[in-house]
Amino acid sequence: MANKFRSIETKHYAERDAFFEDLKKLDRRAFMRVAGISAGIVAGMGLRSPHSFQLVNVADAQETKPRFSFAYISDTHLYEQKLNDRFVRAILKAVDDVNALDPQPDFVLFGGDLAQLGQASELKLGAQILKSIKAPVKMMVGEHDWFLDMGELWRELFGAPNYSFDHKGVHFVVLNSILEKDFWTEKKLTPMERMKIVAGLDNALQSRFEVGSEQREWLKKDLAKVDKKTPVIVFSHSPLYKYYKPWNFWTDDADEVQAILKPFDKVTVIHGHTHQLLSNQIANISFHGMLSTAWPWPYAPEGLPKLTVQMNRPDPFSQFDGCGNGRMDVLEAGLVNKLYNLWERNPITVRASYLTSGGKQDVPPRTKLPSY
Amino acid sequence: MTFKMKLLVGTGALLSFAGGVALASGPAARTAAPEVKKHQVPVSKDGDIVLGLCDGETTMEVDGVKDGQKMTREQAQRVSGALMAEWLKKNPDANWDPVPLPAVAQAATPPPPKNPEAPRSPPGVPRTPEKPTAGGSVVQGGVRPESGGKDVKKQAGAPIQDGHTYGAFSERDEAIWAASTQAFVEEGNRVFHDGDLLGSTVAMSCDMCHPDASNTHPETYPKYQVQLGRVALLRDMINWCIENPVRGKPMADDDPRMRAMEAYIYAKRKGTALEYGKK
Repeated sequence: MANKFRSIETKHYAERDAFFEDLKKLDRRAFMRVAGISAGIVAGMGLRSPHSFQLVNVADAQETKPRFSFAYISDTHLYEQKLNDRFVRAILKAVDDVNALDPQPDFVLFGGDLAQLGQASELKLGAQILKSIKAPVKMMVGEHDWFLDMGELWRELFGAPNYSFDHKGVHFVVLNSILEKDFWTEKKLTPMERMKIVAGLDNALQSRFEVGSEQREWLKKDLAKVDKKTPVIVFSHSPLYKYYKPWNFWTDDADEVQAILKPFDKVTVIHGHTHQLLSNQIANISFHGMLSTAWPWPYAPEGLPKLTVQMNRPDPFSQFDGCGNGRMDVLEAGLVNKLYNLWERNPITVRASYLTSGGKQDVPPRTKLPSY
Repeated sequence: MTFKMKLLVGTGALLSFAGGVALASGPAARTAAPEVKKHQVPVSKDGDIVLGLCDGETTMEVDGVKDGQKMTREQAQRVSGALMAEWLKKNPDANWDPVPLPAVAQAATPPPPKNPEAPRSPPGVPRTPEKPTAGGSVVQGGVRPESGGKDVKKQAGAPIQDGHTYGAFSERDEAIWAASTQAFVEEGNRVFHDGDLLGSTVAMSCDMCHPDASNTHPETYPKYQVQLGRVALLRDMINWCIENPVRGKPMADDDPRMRAMEAYIYAKRKGTALEYGKK
C-alpha cells in the first residue's frame, strides 16, 4: 500500500522533525545559543515550561546515548475499510510516523489488537498495511485478534504468538497474555458471540486474561538459558499486573509471571490493551503501556499505579487526540526510556530513572486536564 | 417418611392459612433473605407423623397416621387448626384475624444478589440501590413468624400521619417502582453497547470509548462546550458522539433510546456531586 498522499498532520510533523534534526547537528556553542534564544522566547511569551519538548529533546541528543531504539504501533482495532475508514486512517498515520523516523528504529513492535473482531478481512487488511513498514516488524497478538477462531488465522499470517529473540545484548520475550478460561462452551456461544463479549470491556461475561501454566513453563525454560545480568524486555498485550479487574485491565496469573522474572536485574514489560499513558514499577520490573491508534481508554476508577502520570484527557472532537504510537530507547544499562508520541500534542517521555527512583527523578510533565 | 417430607407435609397442611401468615410476616426481603431456622421435630415413639408449625417451635404428633401414609384433607385441616390454636395460646398478643383473606399477588422472587463476576446479559451495571437509606429496594425487618405478636401490637399502636393519599404506598409499590427504574436504566445500558441500535454506520458503540459510561461526566452539564461554541447539555454531547465517531443520525430529545441512555449514564454516576459548568 503506497502512501503517496500524506495528511496535513503528517506533513507538519515531518517538517517539525526536520527542524529538530537540524538543531541536533549544531555544535555545542551554537546549541547553547539556540537554546538560550528559545528559552528567552519561551520566557518572553510567559510560558513556564521546564519540560518544553524542544529543549529537552535537543539536550537529550547530546547527553544520553541509547544502545538502540525500537518503535511501536499498537491496538489499531481495524474493521474492514469499506465499513470503517476511521481506524484505517489512524494506522496509516502511524505507519507514516515510524517510516519517517530518522534514524530508523531497529524494529517495530506491533502491540496486538490489529483487528476489531478477529475477522479475516480485518486481519488481512492489517497484515497488508504493516507490510509497508520499512523496519522489521515483531508481531504480538491481542484478544481482538484471537477469540473468533482462537488465533487460527493470526498464526497462519504471523506465526507463533509466543517467541523470544536476542537483540544487541537484550533478551526479548513475546507472550500471548490474552488467553482466557473457557466461558463459551457451557453457554453454547457462537464464535462471533464469544468474540464480541471479549471485545467489550465493561461486561462481566468473560474470564480474565492469563498467560496460563503451559506458557509459564515455556517462559521458565526460555529464561533458564539467559544470564541474570542480561536485560530482559517482555512484550505482553495485557498489562502483566493487576490494574482494574472489571475492565480486564488485568492478568490473572500476573504474580506468577512476575515471580519468574524476579531473578533478573533489569526487566521491562511493554504492554498494550490499555490505550493510555500508563507507567508502573513492581520490585525489579518496570512497566510501560502503549498508546492505541484507534481510541484512548479513560483511566479506570481505581487501581491506577501510583507512578502513572495521567495523560491529559482527550478531546472528543479530534479523532487523533489521545491516540498515537511511540518509541522505546533501550539504554546502555538495559532499561527503557519510553516516548509516547501523542498525536496533536507534545510527546511525553517516561524515563527508566523516573520509575526506578520511585518517582523522585525525571518526573514527566504533570497532567493539566485530569479525568473526571 | 423422611424428615424433609415431614416438613413438606406440615407446610401443605397449613396452606389454608398461608395468605394470613404471609401478610403477618411482611414482604420477603429482596436481598439477603434471613436465614430460615431449622425446625427439629421430635421423633414419634409409635412411628407416627410429627408436624412442625412455621413458628419453628410448635410441633404436633398425628395419632394413627404412620410415616409414609397420606393424611386425608379432613385430618390435615384438624391438625392445622390444632397447631394454630396452640400458637394463638402462646401468642395472646397477636391480633390474629381468623377470616381467610383473598390471596394477594406478591412481587416476583428477586434474583439472587448480583455478583459482578457472574454471567449476565446484557452486559450490565451492578444493581443500583434506589433507596440508599434502606440499603435495598425493600425495607428489611418487619413482622416475622419468629417475632410473635409483639411487633404487630407495637406497629398498631404507633402514631403515624394518616389519610394522605400521596404517601399511601406500600413497600411492594416501592419495589415495583425501583424495578421499573432499573429496567429503564438497563435499556439504556443495552443501547449504549449496541452499534446497531445506535444506528452506527461504522460499527461503533458508546462503550468502545466509555466503558461503564466512564468519562461521560453528566454532572458537568450544562456547560459551555468550547468546540461547539455554545452551551451544551448531556444529550447534546450524546448526539454529537452519535453523529461523529459513531456516524449515525442524531436522536430526537424524546427518542426512547436517548431517554434510556440518559438514564443509564446518570445511574452510573450516582453519588457524584452535581457541578454544572465544570471544565
